[in-house]
Amino acid sequence: MNAIEILGLEKIYNAGFWRKRSKRALRPLTLAVDDGEIFGFLGPNGAGKTTTLKILMGLVFPTAGTARILGMELDDPRMKAQIGFLPEQPYFYDHLTARELLKYYGQLSGVDPKQLSRKVDAALEQVKLSNSANLQLRKFSKGMLQRAGIAQAILHDPKVVFLDEPMSGLDPMGRREVRNLIEDLKANGKTVFFSTHILSDAEALCDRVAIINQGELRGIGAVPELTASVHGKVEIVWQGAAVPTGIRSMGAQCHSAGDTTRLILPEENQDTALEALRRERLRLISVVPVRTSLEDYFVAQLGTAAKSEVVSSELVTDGHNRLSKQ
Amino acid sequence: MIRSRKVTVVASTVLVCSMVSAALLLHKVDQEPPAATLQQMLYISSPKLLKRLSLGYEGLLADIYWTRTVQYFGGTHRRGGGTYKLLWPLLNITTQLDPHLIPAYEFGGTFLLAKPPEGAGDPAKAIELVQYGTQMNPTDWHLFYDLAFIYYDLKDYRHAAQAFLRGSQLPHTHLFLKVMAAQMAQHGDDLETARMMWSETYETTHDKMIKANAAAHLRVIQVDEDVSALEKLVQTYRERTGHFPKTFSEMVSSGFLRGIPLDPLRHPYRLEPGGKVVVTNPDALPFLDKGLPSDYVPSPAPKLTPEN
Amino acid sequence: MNNRILHIATNTFREAVRDRVLYNLIAFALLMSAAAVLVGQISIQIEKLVVINLGLTAVSLFGIVIAIFIGIGLVSKEIDKRTLYTVLSRPVRRWEFIAGKFFGLAGTLVVNTIFMGIGVFAALAYVSHHFESSDFGILVALYFIILQFVVITALALLFSSFSTPIFAPIFAFWLFVIGNFAQDLRTFAAMAHGTTRVLATAAAYLVPNFSALNVISQVAHGEPVPHRLILLNTAYVLVYSAAVLSGAVMIFERRNLK
Repeated sequence: MNAIEILGLEKIYNAGFWRKRSKRALRPLTLAVDDGEIFGFLGPNGAGKTTTLKILMGLVFPTAGTARILGMELDDPRMKAQIGFLPEQPYFYDHLTARELLKYYGQLSGVDPKQLSRKVDAALEQVKLSNSANLQLRKFSKGMLQRAGIAQAILHDPKVVFLDEPMSGLDPMGRREVRNLIEDLKANGKTVFFSTHILSDAEALCDRVAIINQGELRGIGAVPELTASVHGKVEIVWQGAAVPTGIRSMGAQCHSAGDTTRLILPEENQDTALEALRRERLRLISVVPVRTSLEDYFVAQLGTAAKSEVVSSELVTDGHNRLSKQ
Repeated sequence: MIRSRKVTVVASTVLVCSMVSAALLLHKVDQEPPAATLQQMLYISSPKLLKRLSLGYEGLLADIYWTRTVQYFGGTHRRGGGTYKLLWPLLNITTQLDPHLIPAYEFGGTFLLAKPPEGAGDPAKAIELVQYGTQMNPTDWHLFYDLAFIYYDLKDYRHAAQAFLRGSQLPHTHLFLKVMAAQMAQHGDDLETARMMWSETYETTHDKMIKANAAAHLRVIQVDEDVSALEKLVQTYRERTGHFPKTFSEMVSSGFLRGIPLDPLRHPYRLEPGGKVVVTNPDALPFLDKGLPSDYVPSPAPKLTPEN
Repeated sequence: MNNRILHIATNTFREAVRDRVLYNLIAFALLMSAAAVLVGQISIQIEKLVVINLGLTAVSLFGIVIAIFIGIGLVSKEIDKRTLYTVLSRPVRRWEFIAGKFFGLAGTLVVNTIFMGIGVFAALAYVSHHFESSDFGILVALYFIILQFVVITALALLFSSFSTPIFAPIFAFWLFVIGNFAQDLRTFAAMAHGTTRVLATAAAYLVPNFSALNVISQVAHGEPVPHRLILLNTAYVLVYSAAVLSGAVMIFERRNLK
């Protein structure tokens, strides 16, 4: 069964005083997420990730198209009791303590009052906030808020968990913890749908990813499937500082360090390079294929401009906006 | 999105139904005896505070209070009168908020003055209100006119005369005020003022009727003074001789008078038994009060009888 | 009441309390004690009148300010801070959220008014040393004040559901002022003619009627409030608030939470 089914979702925002100017946030988007998988939703900022999530959460109404979660309509309260959601840069009722916040959310989700206290403690433990459980949220750091946000998303033992940029605002340790947490969720049979603009996270975690840019789906599939379509690279290392003219003419960059020289070049040029080294009688040390990454795929799909946004985060808006401003 | 549509349908039904019932209930509330709801007109009963709270919009507020006053007066009146307890506070607030709201003084004074059930029957407050009006609007003769009439109603002719007099000196005033001032002064035995007013009227007017009227009044004042002086003299005569004189000739021969005294129309005065001094020709001297013969019957005004 | 509405209401109440809304009670207590002590020295015969007038007016004004300023933030603040997202992604319907917020703030105001009412009676006991049966009217006046708060809360919530936090308080306060002249407005409307009359009458009946809810000066003078008026006012406030809240729900139900 599909945990999430998205069928031709489209969203056009009308802006301006008379709502005359319209902005297309989402072109018809269709995708399905399987039960029990970790699904990564990738794209630069403003690509339509958050809009998609908001539509799924019933916060924004689509202009066209439908979606189902766990086979139920988006406004079905029975379905909503079985999902968890972490918004982007979450902010909570800061007059509450972490424990009170989770209790409140548990009550809203219809958690059995007898089990509520236990579930709250478990969730706090899971995100390592047990020590700050009785601290008001106004005293929380950004990273702690993010954890509290994750705790509220998993508190009521949901079947599907939606996480919008779960890693943002966390230090490297925190990121690793969140990764572990997501893996735990999968191990417990949950479906995780998370959006991110950090490729390495997606690559390390996801069973499948979808890549979206300017409201349009650009690719979907398992990470190895996607990267297979991108031609790989090889790393060649040899002894000595000399670079054969044949290699130099390929325009590839060589790095000499100590007694060895290292070169990374596309797979298809491998034979030519090795031929050149043999002609110069240089001593070959190693030829290693470099694993193609999602990053390469991204560059191939969206171009370097989009890629830089993906990696370098919030400072830039999407390419579409930038073009229209020029 | 079937569910959301259902909520919208329910919500709009509730909206329409409850708005209609709200209007109906409001209608019922309005029909409640106003005692319950009119008190709130004085929610803030200090005009000064109200003025400050009105944040500079006291003009509009005054208009609203004036409307309330009229509604309150009309309502109380319609129900057959009552105490008009709120009339003065309402008028006070209205005029403090907008001291130049002339109708509030004019009608307010009347409302306050009239005896129950026609009005509050509170002349002191009526005077206070209109007097405040004259202080705030010292160039509006209407208010002096109104004030004078309130005094007149109270038979305080002296103050009425003063008010008419002040009103008569204002720009664009009506000549009638001068006439009234004189009349009031005369009523109030302030003959000096009355004479001054009437002569001024006589001098300044171009209207023949008014001129004749002023002349007649001046004559009456003259008669009034003559009669008072002569009667005093008669009293002195009596004290000296022990009896009243029969005629003025008697007094002339005793040296009390130099000749037979004449009224302003050159007719001789005559003495009645008991020392009363009267004119010989009362029909020629209209408005006469003092000096009328005891047996004088005013010539009947033409009456409209069925026979005519 | 539906559990979720109750939980949202409780949280709204707790938020108001923790955001130190009840601190206004301190200001109120100071005002009442000052009035009680000073009034005996500066005025004769009307101590009781002043305490009742001042006390009830303060109860009303304090509460209205709270109702407007918290009321308009009820929805818009949750949208701004995105706290609403985590609530609406749960099995909470949007109308339940509106209802919960409404009951939460109304409850806060009721509690606040109860404390203030105790303050008024305490000050009254200080100046007049005993209570009379006509003082029962003060309870009626307090009840009517609470009814006012209910209407204002509903209105603030309505504005909060579609307007910006800058305009919402202005709208709400404006309606409060107009509502106090509602009776005059209906009188004016009745004097108009033709289309103007129809429109003016409609407008006059559309604005909240606060004029019949002010009985402060009446009870200060010890005059009784007719029972029928209590009944009519209660019914009016209930249906009017229901209408306003339905409007808020209709707007909020369709709103995209960007």
